[in-house]
Amino acid sequence: MDITIATEMPPEQNLVDGKDSEKGEAIISIKGLDFYYGEKIALESITLDILKNKITAFIGPSGCGKSTLLRCINRLNDLIDIARVDGEITFEGRNIYDPAVDIIDLRRRIGMVFQKSNPFPKSIYENVAYGLRIAGVKDKATLDDVVEKSLRGAALWDEVKDRLNESALGLSGGQQQRLCIARAIAVEPHVILMDEPCSALDPIATARIEELMLELKKKYTIIIVTHSMQQAARVSDYTAFLWLGKVIEYDVTRKIFTTPAEKLTEDYITGRFG
Amino acid sequence: MKKTFFTSGTPFIWLTGLATALGLLMIVGLLLLILVNGLGIFWPQSLQQFTLKDGSVVLGEIWEKETHDNYDTGREETRYRIKTANRDFYGLDFRWLKEEDISKTQLPATAWVLERQAWGQFFGFIIRLSNNGVALASDELNVAAQLPEWHEKMLAVADEIHQLEKGSIARISMQIENMRLERRKVILRQDTTTASGRAALRRVDAELASLERQYQELEKELMQRITDSRAITITLRTIDGQEKELPLIDVVRMWQPNRMSAPEKAGLYAARVWEFLSGEPREANMEGGVFPAIFGTVLMVILMSIAAVPIGVLTAVYLREYAKQGPVVRAVRIAVNNMAGVPSIVYGIFGLGFFVYTVGGTIDQLFYAEALPSPTYGTGGILWASLTLALLTLPVVVVATEEGLAAVPRSIRDGSLALGATKFETLWRIILPSTSPAILTGTILAIARAAGEVAPLMVTGVVKLAPSLPLDSTFPYLHLERKFMHLGFHIYDVGFQSPNVEAALPIVYATTLLLVLIILILNLTAILLRNRLYARFSVTKI
Repeated sequence: MDITIATEMPPEQNLVDGKDSEKGEAIISIKGLDFYYGEKIALESITLDILKNKITAFIGPSGCGKSTLLRCINRLNDLIDIARVDGEITFEGRNIYDPAVDIIDLRRRIGMVFQKSNPFPKSIYENVAYGLRIAGVKDKATLDDVVEKSLRGAALWDEVKDRLNESALGLSGGQQQRLCIARAIAVEPHVILMDEPCSALDPIATARIEELMLELKKKYTIIIVTHSMQQAARVSDYTAFLWLGKVIEYDVTRKIFTTPAEKLTEDYITGRFG
Repeated sequence: MKKTFFTSGTPFIWLTGLATALGLLMIVGLLLLILVNGLGIFWPQSLQQFTLKDGSVVLGEIWEKETHDNYDTGREETRYRIKTANRDFYGLDFRWLKEEDISKTQLPATAWVLERQAWGQFFGFIIRLSNNGVALASDELNVAAQLPEWHEKMLAVADEIHQLEKGSIARISMQIENMRLERRKVILRQDTTTASGRAALRRVDAELASLERQYQELEKELMQRITDSRAITITLRTIDGQEKELPLIDVVRMWQPNRMSAPEKAGLYAARVWEFLSGEPREANMEGGVFPAIFGTVLMVILMSIAAVPIGVLTAVYLREYAKQGPVVRAVRIAVNNMAGVPSIVYGIFGLGFFVYTVGGTIDQLFYAEALPSPTYGTGGILWASLTLALLTLPVVVVATEEGLAAVPRSIRDGSLALGATKFETLWRIILPSTSPAILTGTILAIARAAGEVAPLMVTGVVKLAPSLPLDSTFPYLHLERKFMHLGFHIYDVGFQSPNVEAALPIVYATTLLLVLIILILNLTAILLRNRLYARFSVTKI
């Protein structure tokens, strides 16, 4: 199959320059981002804007670079010795790859929820309070307050309020994932990155998380990586389709799923891929 | 297609099961042997009187029965190994009796077993109790009636004498020793030709003289007490009529086994076990207790853990978390693993050369110059022995901790970093707590190895008989430079170096049992602690 890749978006759907877009204000702007694992290029000239208080989904086949792109946004890829980044990501007006940027501060503003729920081997309370504790908060009343607020925000409070001091490892998978969300929102980030947050959950737990995301978007900007096309269609406002390290198409979710501009996108979402 | 018997795997299952069973059998057998021999020795056995066909009589405990073919006659014969004790009369503790030579066996009710301060046990009869040569009781029944009361008194006196020796006299002699060192210091550091120097010297000398006067007075008192206490004597008679007078104070414990009921025997058994655990050794370690050895073993293991665990954990954290993984780190890791295989005596010699002579010698020259040429830290001691063992067990801790660190999933680290934690905070708050069970596993292995080592200790500070414990009530309480006793070395020493190996055998078994028990207890404590930590910190459930 002959594949043509659009490097420029049609003007009426241009989301690159978020400030001029009537659809909202861009909180993150990625411009010409290249990412290398050693000699291998994993992301190539990625350019897109993430709009504030919206849910943006990254979809695409395995190995297309969605998770790598997500991890570039909070610089979690820095931990990989052989990784190298070109281009820039602007978050709230500053290039996060600027050497002067405080990476700790950045990660506090951009929270993350992972594919596998990863509660710390501590109590439920300590899991949620962890971010604050490292930020130096010692006041018990403040901590109690934030823990309750965050657990309520993650729709977990009613289930765990009587056993806050029990190990978080005793929670069910869906509860653990909501705990991770509570942990992320406890430090009041501006953006929450979600890396396939529901891939290990059953449909009921997935539905709860999705409900929660719709609730959270009032306060936070959410970027979600997902393998489930239905999930992207259900929750996201915007969808980017990535393929072989490139953004093939980025647009309003409804448009991507009904009238995609690219043949490749259509093939992928209709399951006729390859 | 039907599988053959061999390819079906059944023989292999049998083979693996057999190997496991063999190993278990050997361990259980070893433990049973130690248990039976180690626990049995304190039980008071009955004293049997054997009348032989030639008319002579023998009194003793049966220790062993043996049936074998006689070389000359080819007939099967049975013989008994009899403990006759009375080393001072017979020169030996044991003799063999052939069954065919024995014409009669009796249980004499009035026979005594005496545990003495010297010459081991006495088996026989007590015919007189006297005070300064004047008889208090002069037949066996009267003696038996009065003896317990007198013995109790004498034990109290012995205790007072012991208190005096270990208390006031030990304190004064230590003060004298300190004052002597003080005098040396004055001579070394001050010019004694000047007035101030001379004054200092005079002051020290006066102090020394007063202390020595006090010491002499105490010593005189002690001598007097000892002489007084030896006035009460008992007259012993062996089964073959030899007699001997013995100060009652030299008797540690006495009983008439043939008269005792089972509960009385049980009480005696408990008392003897307690003495073994809490008492000090007597008679070249062949009798009495092993408390100093227990204490030395446990303290040494604790000191070893304090040194080995933190260094081992830090090393592992560096190797696994901070060092750039590559050929150098791999080489270091292999080297660390190999260090666990170096023979322990090599570590012992290194400890002697490095810790004792180099480090200890330097400390002596810098801080204990006044005591030279007699060394303070420049000779074997519990600190150097512990550090040597720490070196020996370090690889175990490093390897176990590294495995623990590697087992913490990446997602947990990412989760912490994504919340704005630094690498150090992640390590300190998340990874190290999660690794604590593994660290404890390493500690358990290290303890198990260290508690059983003897060879490196022999050159770095263990002794046959230490005059004082490394921990006592005189400042600075923990005396790291002191030599110490150790159960493993005790087993070697009593079992193979004592003048009367046969008589010492029971104590070897009991000490072995004790060493195994102590290692077991130390391990169990660590395992329980680890299980609790697992319950709290395990990340494997995620």
